Formats: sequence, C-alpha cells, structure tokens
Amino acid sequence: MTGLRRRLLGPLVRRPAAGSWALLTPGLLWLLLFFAVPLAVLLGYSVMQRGTYGGVAPGFTLEHYRRFSDPIYLSIVWRTLWIALATTVLCLLLGYPVAYAIARAGRWRAALLFLVILPFWTSFLVRTYAMIVLLRGSGVVNTLLAALGLTATPLELLYTPGAVLAGLVYGYLPFMILPIYASLERIDLDLLDAAEALGARGPARFRRVILPLSLPGVAAGSLLVFIPALGAFLTPDLLGGAKSMMLGNLVQNQFGPARNWPFGSAVSFALMGVVFVALLVWLRVRDAEERA
Amino acid sequence: MRRPLPRALAWIVAGVFLLLHLPVVVLVAYSFNAARYSAAWSGFTLHWYAALLERPDILRALRLSLVVASTSTLLATVLGTLVAMALARARFRGSRLIEGGLYLPIVTPEIVAGISLLILFAAVQVPLGVGTVIVAHTAFCLPFVAVVVLARLRGMDRTLEEAALVLGADELTAFRRVTLPQLAPGILAGALLAFTLSLDDFVITFFVAGPGATTLPVLVYSMVRRGVEPTINAVSTLLVVLTTLAVGVAARVDGARRA
Amino acid sequence: MSDAAPVVEFRRVTKSFGSTPAVNGVSFSVRRGEFFSLLGPSGCGKTTTLRLLAGFEAPDPGGGEVCIDGEVVNDRRPYERRIGMVFQNYALFPHLSVERNVAFGLEEHRVPKGEVPGRVARALELVRLAPATFARRRPHQLSGGQRQRVALARALVLEPSILLLDEPLGALDLQLRKEMQLELKALNRQLGMTFVYVTHDQEEALAMSDRIAVMSAARIAQLGTPAEVYENPRTEFVAGFIGVANIFGGRLGEGSSGGGAPRSVRRDDGRTLLVPDAPSVPAGAPVRIAVRPEWLDLAPPEAPPPGENTLPGVVEEVVYLGETMHVVVTLDDGHSVRVALRNEGQLGNPLRWRRGELVLVAWRPEDCQVLEPE
Repeated sequence: MTGLRRRLLGPLVRRPAAGSWALLTPGLLWLLLFFAVPLAVLLGYSVMQRGTYGGVAPGFTLEHYRRFSDPIYLSIVWRTLWIALATTVLCLLLGYPVAYAIARAGRWRAALLFLVILPFWTSFLVRTYAMIVLLRGSGVVNTLLAALGLTATPLELLYTPGAVLAGLVYGYLPFMILPIYASLERIDLDLLDAAEALGARGPARFRRVILPLSLPGVAAGSLLVFIPALGAFLTPDLLGGAKSMMLGNLVQNQFGPARNWPFGSAVSFALMGVVFVALLVWLRVRDAEERA
Repeated sequence: MRRPLPRALAWIVAGVFLLLHLPVVVLVAYSFNAARYSAAWSGFTLHWYAALLERPDILRALRLSLVVASTSTLLATVLGTLVAMALARARFRGSRLIEGGLYLPIVTPEIVAGISLLILFAAVQVPLGVGTVIVAHTAFCLPFVAVVVLARLRGMDRTLEEAALVLGADELTAFRRVTLPQLAPGILAGALLAFTLSLDDFVITFFVAGPGATTLPVLVYSMVRRGVEPTINAVSTLLVVLTTLAVGVAARVDGARRA
Repeated sequence: MSDAAPVVEFRRVTKSFGSTPAVNGVSFSVRRGEFFSLLGPSGCGKTTTLRLLAGFEAPDPGGGEVCIDGEVVNDRRPYERRIGMVFQNYALFPHLSVERNVAFGLEEHRVPKGEVPGRVARALELVRLAPATFARRRPHQLSGGQRQRVALARALVLEPSILLLDEPLGALDLQLRKEMQLELKALNRQLGMTFVYVTHDQEEALAMSDRIAVMSAARIAQLGTPAEVYENPRTEFVAGFIGVANIFGGRLGEGSSGGGAPRSVRRDDGRTLLVPDAPSVPAGAPVRIAVRPEWLDLAPPEAPPPGENTLPGVVEEVVYLGETMHVVVTLDDGHSVRVALRNEGQLGNPLRWRRGELVLVAWRPEDCQVLEPE
C-alpha cells in the first residue's frame, strides 16, 4: 500500500514542475473557462457588427470604440473618472485620521479595528439600501431636518451624483483605513523617539517621519478604493439618477434596454483599460518606492 | 505613539465611525418601526419579521443563497488551495505569470465579469440557472481563496515538512500530518471570505442567474427597485445578523485552535 | 559493511541552482562514529551539502554520487535514507506536544503502539528533559534550549545511523551553546552515532569535531582534524577563517627543494624570512605565508630576538583580553601584525608594551605555514 503510493508519488516529487501542474490544472482550467474565455468572447464582440435584435452580426469594425468621441459617452467617461477620484480623495481624508487614531489607540486598538472590519462582512447591497433609507425624500435625514425646522420641503438628496459619491465613500472607506493602519502599525516606535531626540516633534515629526513611512499604505488603500469605484454598478444604479450614470451602468444599459452588445462590450473594455492604467501607475509608484 | 490624540482629531474619528455604522444601525432600528412609510418612529413592532414568514419567495431565496454559497465555497476552497500549494511549492516556468494572473479576476469590475459570463452562456446556449450561478461564484471566489492560502503558505516554515520527511513520512503523509494542520486557519479564512463574497454577491449573480434562480441579494434588489418597504429592513437585518454570526463563529474556532 | 567503510561518501558532487553551482565537485567521506563538521561562511555551500545528504536536494544530472553505507542514494527520498536531522530553527511541529513530536517518527515507522511511550521517555531522558515535566507541553511553551533538546530527542529516538545537524546551536546564547557543545560531543561518543555537523562558527567546529571540512565558494578548501586545519592551514582563506592569521608575502628564494631544510623568502623590502620547505612551490615564485599571533613574540630592539625571523615595527595598540594580550604592531612597510602574548598571571604589573614603542617582532621558521595559491 505505502510502497505503491510512494512509487506513484515518486515522479511527482522528483519533478516538481510536473507536481505543480497536477495541482494547478483544475483551478486554472476553471478560471480559464469561466473568466478568461468569457473576456475573450467579449473582446471579440466589441469589434463585431451590431445584430438587429440584440446580439452580434459578423463583420469587423472599430466603430464601437470610436463612439466614445460622442460627447454623451465622453461625459460618462469623465464622470466615472471624477467620481472614482473624488471617492478616493474623500476616503483618504476621512480614513487617514481614523487609521492614525487606531494605530495609537493602545488597548482599544482591537475593538476599533473590529469596527472597521465589520462593514466588510455586511452585505454591500444592504449597506447601499441603508443609504436610501437615510437619504430618500421621506428618509431619516430629511425627517430630521424638517423636525429641526431647517427645511420646509424635503431636499433632493437621492438620485444625485452626490448620493453616489456618499454611497461609494461609505462603501469603500474600510479599504482605505486598513492598509494605512497596517503601514502605520509597522512603524518602529524607536524611530519616533529618534525623531524626537533629533528635535522633530509634533507636526514636524508627523510630516517628516510618520507620513513618509505610511505612504505605501496610502498608495495601496487608494488603489483598493479607486479600482472598485471605477467599476461601480450597484451604487450609481440604486442611488444615482440619469445624471449620475457611470461606465458600469452604461455597460448594463447596452446589454439591457439599448440592445447594443458590441458597444456594451467596447464599453466593458474601456472600463478594463482604465482599471489597468490605474494598476500600472500604482505598480510604477510602488517599484519606484522600493528602489528608493 | 502613546500621547493622547488632539481633540479635533478625536472628533473627526468619532464622526467617521458614526458615518461608518449609523446607516446600518438605523436600518436595523427601522426594521422594528411600526410606521410603514414615514421615517418617524411610531412604536416597536415585530410585524415585519412576521410578514417575512408569509413570503415563501424570501425563504426560497435564502435557501438558494445558502446552497449556492456553500457549494461554491467548497469548490473554490478546494481548487484555490490546490493552486496556492502549486505556486508555493516551487518556481517553475510561468509560475509568476500565473500568480500575477490570479489578481486579474479580483480587479476586474464585477459588471464586466458578469456580462462576459452571460454572453458566454448565451453563445454556447447553456440555460441560466442555479448551475451557472455556482459556476460563476466559484470562479470569482477561487482567486481570493488562492491568494489568502498562498500568503499563509509563504509565511509557513518549510522545514517543518522537511522534518516530517526525515522522520519517515512521505510527501502525502507530511502534508496531512504537518502542512494541513498549519494551513487550516488560512484555508478557513479563505473559505469564510469565499462564503461571504458568494452570499453577498449581487452584480454577477444578477446577470447569470436567470429567472429560476433568485438568490437573496437578487430578490432584495428587485424589492428595493419596486420601492422602500419595511420588510426589506427586516430581511436586511437578518442578512447582517447571519454574516456577523458566521464571522463570529469562525473567529471563535480560529481562536480556539490557536490557544 | 566493515567498520572501516565510510558511512557517507560524496564523489565529485555538484549541485547548481540556476547556473550557479552551490556545491562544485565536492568529494569527501565520513567514517563511522565520527563527528564531522562542515565549516564555512554563509553561502559557501555547507548547508546545500547537508541537504544533499539528507535528500532534500539531488545532485545535478551527472553531478556525481552521494553514498550512504556504500550505496548510491542520489534518487532516494529523505524517508528512504536512515538519517536523522536537527534543524537550525528546530522545526518542531507547533501543533503537537513534545511527546507527540518525539513520537512522530516512531509512528511513521510503524513502531508497535505499546513501545512508543517508553522510547519517547527514554529519548527525552537522553537529552536530559524530565518526561513528567515536558511531555505534555507545546513547543511555544519551551525555551530555546529546551526546544533544541526536543529536536534532538525527536531525531535520536529513531536511532538513525547518521545524525545531521544544521547549525543547531546558532540561536542559543553563549553559555547554553558551550553547554550543548559538550553534550552533543558526549552523545556522539556515547551512542557511537555518526554526526555530520554544519556550522559557521570556527570555535565550535574546533571544539567538537573529529574532522572538519572547511568550505569556501562551493568547494572544500581543506579537510582535516581541528589541529591540522588550525596549525597547517593550506590556503589564505582557511588561515583567515579559522582563527587569526598574520599573512606575509614574498618570493621563494633558491634552495634545494624537497630536502626538508628551511627555505628563504625574500620580501619586497629586501628582508628575508626563513620558512619550512615547500616542495610544491618553485623557486622564485610568489608565496604567502601565515603565522598565528600566538607564535609571534616581541622583543625590545636591542635585545636578542626570540626567533630567527625578525621584523622591526612600532607598537600601535595594546588590547587586554584576559587570557591573552594582543599587541598590534605596525611594520616598516605599513602592514600591521597582531601578536598574542600569554597572560603570565602578573595582573598587578603595568602592561609591558606601550603605544609608540619600537619593537622587534620575531618568530621561528617552523612556525610559518607556506600557503597554496587559491
């Protein structure tokens, strides 16, 4: 029994590459079939003719990519970019102080950290819906404002770019806090004493020691917020209106009501393209940092 | 970092924490609010939870969500762990490329992944249903499991395996008796991540589910689209409690293991 | 299988990672019961050599043979070789108690269940851990020294014919290290087991080994008893790595080669030194010679020198080390040499040599070692 098993095991352990491929194949095949192949099909569709009743028709064309020069679509691209960027900046402004506070929270650290992680485990859909409950015409915020006598008529809070922004910041804030916290927590406390011994205290110590050392966390957090914000679909779908459509919604729109699959595919790849540019920029920044 | 926080900073931090948790707290509170339409508090009630029991579609969706999440978690955990083991074992031709490629599904916008699967299934005429949902969930959970388990494997002491080999265990036995017990928390963490990702997923499911396979998030979405009603608050509260419970149990199990 | 046959034999073994050889054409053999050390700086190939012996690595194709008990084991997995191993970081299984760690190998070797507890207890006693106190503890509840002992017990319980030790004492503090050195040496003698020991600590290797293979740049630079490698280092590397060496250069003068009579070495400054005969070096060729600090002596310039070889210099530094006193002397040509003088027990006396004093460094020809070019 053992002898047979070891004989069978032999070739796999003596040729590590063969063993590795045996382990890899099922998982890789799955990802190939249900992630890579669909993307390839989508890429193919993006350069085909539009079918009459949805779907695609044979024939190569780049017209779907050219349509981005249309001001309507161009404005969606710009909106997507600025909303994602604004989300990232807001998350950074709100998240950094929180990460900093947790890093020096002493015995409360674990509890505060738990409070940051908790939303991770809460359904994103539920959290987005909670924003509706807060922001809608007869929602909590408006009721409160009216009760305080601040507003006569309910404010139009929902279905605006502002609501989308609020929803995204609310949704992705933990992604910003955690990496920054991780990089702050790694800072050797002796460094701070050393800085102080060299005369840097308070703001100077923060600016010259803590901030530079936490930049990798800031970079990672920004990426973790920026990328999902770019591809956001649910948040603008539920909280936004016609004036806050993002690329994700445009994709859905083309495959749904508009029935223009090739253009929807092209939009998908435009979206992927922006994501990859963001990734490449981040990799560049990180490599430069590591080399320095 | 032992000095007290500046007061202004403390207020900002408190505000952010409020922002982070207030919406869900309000939501949970409102699931007990007797008022149907207004946001004003008009008394405590369990009416909306009772109403849930009369909604067989909600219970069906919940059951389906649990079936999908457990099946795809199992598949993704097994396949993802194998991939991680292969990548941790040795450098071989293409291993770095594959490792980098694992992040591709993670960074791809869900809407793109969902749509592309939809048109693939349409192109090869696979009928949409529970099967396609499980297939899709497994595909997007797998890289997360692989990345989590790989990190754990990389942090592990390889000499433990070697010690087992010198003591007479062959590679399979060494894996079972030494590597696996070390790896278990990592696998558990990966599985938990997969389970919650699958349970929560709306976007991808929305496209590959088809009419017969409504998971809870898809059902909640359609309810939200139709308009705000208190039953949604109740369902949402149940979902929050469910995932919190799962995480709590997992943390307990992990804590007990480490002690 | 006679006692004279080597237990371990490496025959021109080569192992490369990528295109760089980590072990390059290494040959040596280890005798039964021997305490054999592989000594060298990090990256010299000593750990790879040990891993080749353990079976974690295989020689390159056509890269020689690793033999255990006269059989070529190149293709055998670690569990198909009768070896035990103690790892640098102990590699105790963190999820198992001490007794389960020690029992692990017995279980894998299908030792009858009834025998296991007794053998585990005996192994723990052998490494001086009271089974009653330690058997149930987890590795993280042990001190470094105790972990070390458990690792040793886990390896010894299987009674392997060869025990491999990979820098096992590296993580211990000095006191404990000295103690464990003696214990390991005693175990080696008491059990009659062959020990192959990897270390970068030359003092440790000298103290414990029957023989030492000094490795450098993937090859064995010298193999011999501790006294041989210390007193007759063959290369400048060995001379410098084991202990301290003063190195002098020059050209070998004329003279009959192989006759055993001292030869002369002419230094660049025109002075000559007498050295033992070195048959392998032709006359006129550049040579380097090594002299240990404790074989040098100092004398005032006007006194009769305590050796035929003398070089004048100035005392640069006097370092008091307790057992010895090191005097650093700068020679005419700017080189400095280190002279070790024994502390004769006159602690109250003022130190004899002072900075800036003119001195003669002197030694006897037979105390020089002519080095081979590397």
